[in-house]
Amino acid sequence: MRSGRLSTLQAAFVIARRDFVAILFSRSFLFFLLGPLFPVFVGVLAGGIGAKVQTSVQPPELGIAMSPADMQAMSWAYDKLEARLGKDVPKLVMLTPVLPGQAHDPRTSLGNRRLNLGAVLTGSPSAPVLTGSNEQINRWQGPVSLIAAEAKGLGQRDYPAVTLAAVGGKTQLDHARGQMITAQSAQLLLFLLTMMLAGMVLSNLVEEKGNKIIEVLAAAIPMDAVFLGKLFAMLAVSMVGITVWGVTGVSIALVAGRSLSELTSPAVGWPLFFAFGVIYFAMGYLLLGSLFLAIGSLATTVREVQTLSMPVTFLQLFVFFFASFAMALPGTAIEYGAIAFPLSSPFAMLARAAQDPALWPHALALAWQALCVGLIIKGGATLFRKRVMQSGSGGHAPRRSLLRRVFSRV
Amino acid sequence: MRSNAGGVAETPLAIEARGIVKRFDGFTAVDGVDLTVPEGAIYGILGPNGAGKTTTLRMLLGIIDPDAGIRRVLGHDRPHEISHAIGYLPEERGLYPAMKAYEAIAFLGALRGLPLAEGRRRGKELLEEHGLGYAIDRQIRQLSKGMAQQVQLLGTLVHEPRLVVFDEPFSGLDAINQGKLEKMIRRLAANGTTVIFSTHVIAHAERLCDEVAIIAGGKVPFAGPVNVARDRIPPQVRLETREREGRWRAAFPADARLEGSFWHFSLPETGIEPLLRALIEGEAGILSLSIERAGLHDAFVAIAGEAAAKALELEKEEQR
Repeated sequence: MRSGRLSTLQAAFVIARRDFVAILFSRSFLFFLLGPLFPVFVGVLAGGIGAKVQTSVQPPELGIAMSPADMQAMSWAYDKLEARLGKDVPKLVMLTPVLPGQAHDPRTSLGNRRLNLGAVLTGSPSAPVLTGSNEQINRWQGPVSLIAAEAKGLGQRDYPAVTLAAVGGKTQLDHARGQMITAQSAQLLLFLLTMMLAGMVLSNLVEEKGNKIIEVLAAAIPMDAVFLGKLFAMLAVSMVGITVWGVTGVSIALVAGRSLSELTSPAVGWPLFFAFGVIYFAMGYLLLGSLFLAIGSLATTVREVQTLSMPVTFLQLFVFFFASFAMALPGTAIEYGAIAFPLSSPFAMLARAAQDPALWPHALALAWQALCVGLIIKGGATLFRKRVMQSGSGGHAPRRSLLRRVFSRV
Repeated sequence: MRSNAGGVAETPLAIEARGIVKRFDGFTAVDGVDLTVPEGAIYGILGPNGAGKTTTLRMLLGIIDPDAGIRRVLGHDRPHEISHAIGYLPEERGLYPAMKAYEAIAFLGALRGLPLAEGRRRGKELLEEHGLGYAIDRQIRQLSKGMAQQVQLLGTLVHEPRLVVFDEPFSGLDAINQGKLEKMIRRLAANGTTVIFSTHVIAHAERLCDEVAIIAGGKVPFAGPVNVARDRIPPQVRLETREREGRWRAAFPADARLEGSFWHFSLPETGIEPLLRALIEGEAGILSLSIERAGLHDAFVAIAGEAAAKALELEKEEQR
């Protein structure tokens, strides 16, 4: 039986099959499975920072709906006290004044997605009624009493009692904040996974360099197929890992009596959010992995490849922080920038899936990310052919520094 | 078979390269190389280290693309399109250390389109045939360097390629394994496989090759049959006389030199007869006389040296 010509995909499959089996039965896969212990550490450390970001961005506001005169008095009192009390006084948002014979339903205002309300104040300065979530009305009860006393002209002598009206469900703000937590957690998970995997791809390339088998591969099949095969092998390995982690995580949660319903549902719903999570993870990894392969293939020694991993890790961190920052600024140029920049795009879009129910931006973003993966792979393969195989063992081609090789004109 | 203008059948070409050039950062590694390798031939690429042999082979195999010129391998402009009919053993050997020997052979076959199951079966067979049956289930890391090299060689041939390219195949092998490899190359050619190999050891090329390309400084000053290369320099005369001086010395060519008791010089264009006449008439006393055809080594030195001298002249002219 003679052999037959392989298509690029078939050739990529040969590479992927070898790499998949080799990694799955290697010690490094065991470390990969233990990887989530590391995110737990980082998650605990980053939790504090994340919480700070979350509270500093879009602090909740206090809506006020009283008679026009009372609203004016409250506004005057607020201005007077704001300078003294600082951050303890929530920002007042003037809702539609309540005219005689009219009533205001605070729940309607709290449900308004365009407003960023933590609670709504109704009644009068003498008998204020604060409606909102338990947590929020308890926190604002004091400042509201102060403002009302000032509005009544009583100063510090008589603080009116604030009637608290807790709403049963979550307010829009609570919901938005919950979604942000979901988005943040998803981003962190995505980041840690891609970082781990891209590192493994680089190690794999180090192995190829060490074994000097890369020339055998390059002679037999196109470099694009080599890159594709390596990327997809690692992706398949990661899917095995995710399945193991998922089953373990769900089992632990079931034993502990926890469920997803305790978390705020993402805007697109849990099933789609999970699907997007897997897709954006794959895209994020393919983008970063192909970049790793492209840069890593330019290095001629194992040491050079290892040297490269540090700046690329910094790049990953930058991308993650950029996407995290953009998440807090939806609809701004920064968010669109994070979506357009290929490496941060999967992170930014996953956060968007948690916060915005629209689906069409995902189709666009995925097409863009797939195009970028293709371009990076093609570029990496071209660079490899042009710059890597420069000479045999006795070659006279002048040796150039790694940085010059990486950044020189192709 | 192709036919030329005169209608005479020509052997089809396994490789045809015209004016291929490769530059690396301003350094011209290969400078306008022309090669034609007939199918079924054993073809040697001879040159010192750094002459451009490996770069030339890499261009022919599609590992790197030439900056200029054309190449056709088994009738294809893109070598990867015909990759399944090519076997390649690079100078820097490499296998996955954790793979078992037969798996490594099967993997190399799979890269060339051989189904994995078939590759495994053939891998075991080949290892048995070559006296490495005991190593079938051993990992590459458990084999000696020489054995691993043999495994890679078998992996290069497992898919029964029509064209085999070896880059410095004899380096790192002991004399016995060099002999085995020479036999294997002859057997491949006898079965119709085209074999190209690079070497800087001329003896291998002289023993094996039908045709050679001599490469120096990225250029090929000679490419063609070994006999033609040897004919580039005239046969060498080795003469021993009883007398050391006499009128007969005037008949010697200008390059004659005395080494020990022997005179060495190139056979004059007029032939040996006028010289013989002068020796006999001058009573030089001929003790021994031999006329030897030049070896490939002499041809290589003459051709590569000449090319280097020309290159130097060119560089001087360019500087002026």
